[in-house]
Amino acid sequence: MLFRYLLLLLLALLPIKSFALIEVDITRGNLSPLPVAVSPLSIDVKSEEGFKKILMIENLGSEISAVVENNLKQSGLFNPLNKDAFLQKPDIAHLKPRFEDWNLIKAQALITGKVSLVDEKLRVEFRLWDVLGGKEMMALAFTTVPSNWRRVGHIITDKVYERLTGEKGYFDTRIIYVAEEGPKTKRIKKLAIMDQDGFNNKFLTLGNELVLTPRFSPANQMVTYLSYFKNLPRVYLLDIETGTQEVVGDFPGMTFAPRFSPNGKKIIMSFAQDGNSDIYTMDLENRIVERITDHPSIDTSPSYSPNGKYITFNSDRSGYQQIYVMESSGKNVKRISFGKGLYGTPVWSPRGDLIAFTKLHKGKFYIGVMRTDGTGERLLTENFYQEAPSWSPNGRVLIFYRETKTNSKGEGFSAKLWSIDLTGYNEKMVDTETDASDPSWSSLLGN
Amino acid sequence: MNLSKILKNVFLVVLASLVLTACATQKQTGKIQGDVYTGKDTVEYLASGVPDRVFFATNETVLTTASRETLRKQAAWLRKNSKLNIVLEGHADERGTREYNLALGERRANSAKDYLMTYGISSDRISVLSYGKERPVDSGSNPLAWSKNRRSVSVKAN
Repeated sequence: MLFRYLLLLLLALLPIKSFALIEVDITRGNLSPLPVAVSPLSIDVKSEEGFKKILMIENLGSEISAVVENNLKQSGLFNPLNKDAFLQKPDIAHLKPRFEDWNLIKAQALITGKVSLVDEKLRVEFRLWDVLGGKEMMALAFTTVPSNWRRVGHIITDKVYERLTGEKGYFDTRIIYVAEEGPKTKRIKKLAIMDQDGFNNKFLTLGNELVLTPRFSPANQMVTYLSYFKNLPRVYLLDIETGTQEVVGDFPGMTFAPRFSPNGKKIIMSFAQDGNSDIYTMDLENRIVERITDHPSIDTSPSYSPNGKYITFNSDRSGYQQIYVMESSGKNVKRISFGKGLYGTPVWSPRGDLIAFTKLHKGKFYIGVMRTDGTGERLLTENFYQEAPSWSPNGRVLIFYRETKTNSKGEGFSAKLWSIDLTGYNEKMVDTETDASDPSWSSLLGN
Repeated sequence: MNLSKILKNVFLVVLASLVLTACATQKQTGKIQGDVYTGKDTVEYLASGVPDRVFFATNETVLTTASRETLRKQAAWLRKNSKLNIVLEGHADERGTREYNLALGERRANSAKDYLMTYGISSDRISVLSYGKERPVDSGSNPLAWSKNRRSVSVKAN
């Protein structure tokens, strides 16, 4: 008995010991991002020639490390150091770093690696080093098709991020959004998808019909969205891999505001008829439709809790748009927003502890978070117009869209994606080819 | 009180009332009463004397007196043209979340539909389509533009 107790204690202590090397404080934002050196991944001459032929890329090792470096920098938690100051060559650093050299430029962590072409495949090794401790923290290797090279950079970042922060990363992910162009009165909107860092942008619809509010399934690569195909606003399902689309359910009126259940097996949405919008679900396997709310007010923007037990939504049943939480059966509806102003677009955090929302107060729009019982409201950012936050899969970052005010002639309108850290730090615009709105973050692709 | 003082007072009163009327006329030319657009800038006509649209206050779906008058004219026109069907397109201004505005547009179009039905128009002849804030008529970011955009428009369907 005593022995078993000791063993348990030992097991509990081990992981803590191995985590005690470098620590990134992620609870207070990015006041002092961790200095990290991302050495260009080394590449042999033969592989370099090979990749030049296959991918038309000059030095794949540098390119992959640039992906990692940019990811780390954008997170706001890391400060990738200038490569000009690096003393050691990439291939030697990867075998045995001279820690004094890296210490000299104040790097606390070092990432090294090696890229090679093996049987027409891309093979990448990487190592994460603790410079102060003079130790290897992690070593991994992947083999994949060469065209996946950017994803390799994202996966490396996820591993490094997880090792240094103790939280899962969010880099090997994609964002689906609505690409916009044309005048405000005749806006053309298309579904578009891109990697989390803005690369590999692709348009998924042609812009012939209005499309709105695409949302990723948390479980797979399916998307649900609203399309005005044939001027009938209906919720659709889109399989990103195959491109197949279908209408969700057979409703006589407008269906809108769709989202997936946490396991991806149900769609929750609003159905509007005779001036009243209520919340419904449809099971994607057996096509059974269930009514969840039955109230003469507008009930919309539903979002499940990650355990599927609760639903948050906005309703004007109190007279104005406010946020509510209920059981997934529709029972025990409770209002949770009681601050000044109107509250909408509640989205449950993937961690389960917070609800992100849009707030309108005295002519300004805010993105904020509150606990799921409505306490601890925190406003992260204020602007002329912004709404529709979507969580990164680790519940760390919010992406939303922001629109600018037009001048007296109605000119100067733009819509852009922005992201902000949960702490309220690191607010920045996410570059897109066109104007953009309604972003939704995918889960980690490897999952 | 001497004459000049009386004159001065009269002058001030006149001046004040002038300023007030100026404000009132400004509001008239501004074409908003309360929060509802009362102008004709964007209005089109289904037939002579039959305006195609009604306007709403912020976050409201209640029909104003002027809106009800417009809809009675539309009802009379629909009764005369019994083969015509219409689509009621409901809209919201840009100062609201996208999904809520879709529901609001649907509710606005339906409050117009309900009124037409009480004047004898069959629901079979009226369909409803909400655009939320997706199709403003005025791209401005100011109260006047927003008031023009909060609307339900009757459009011939055939």
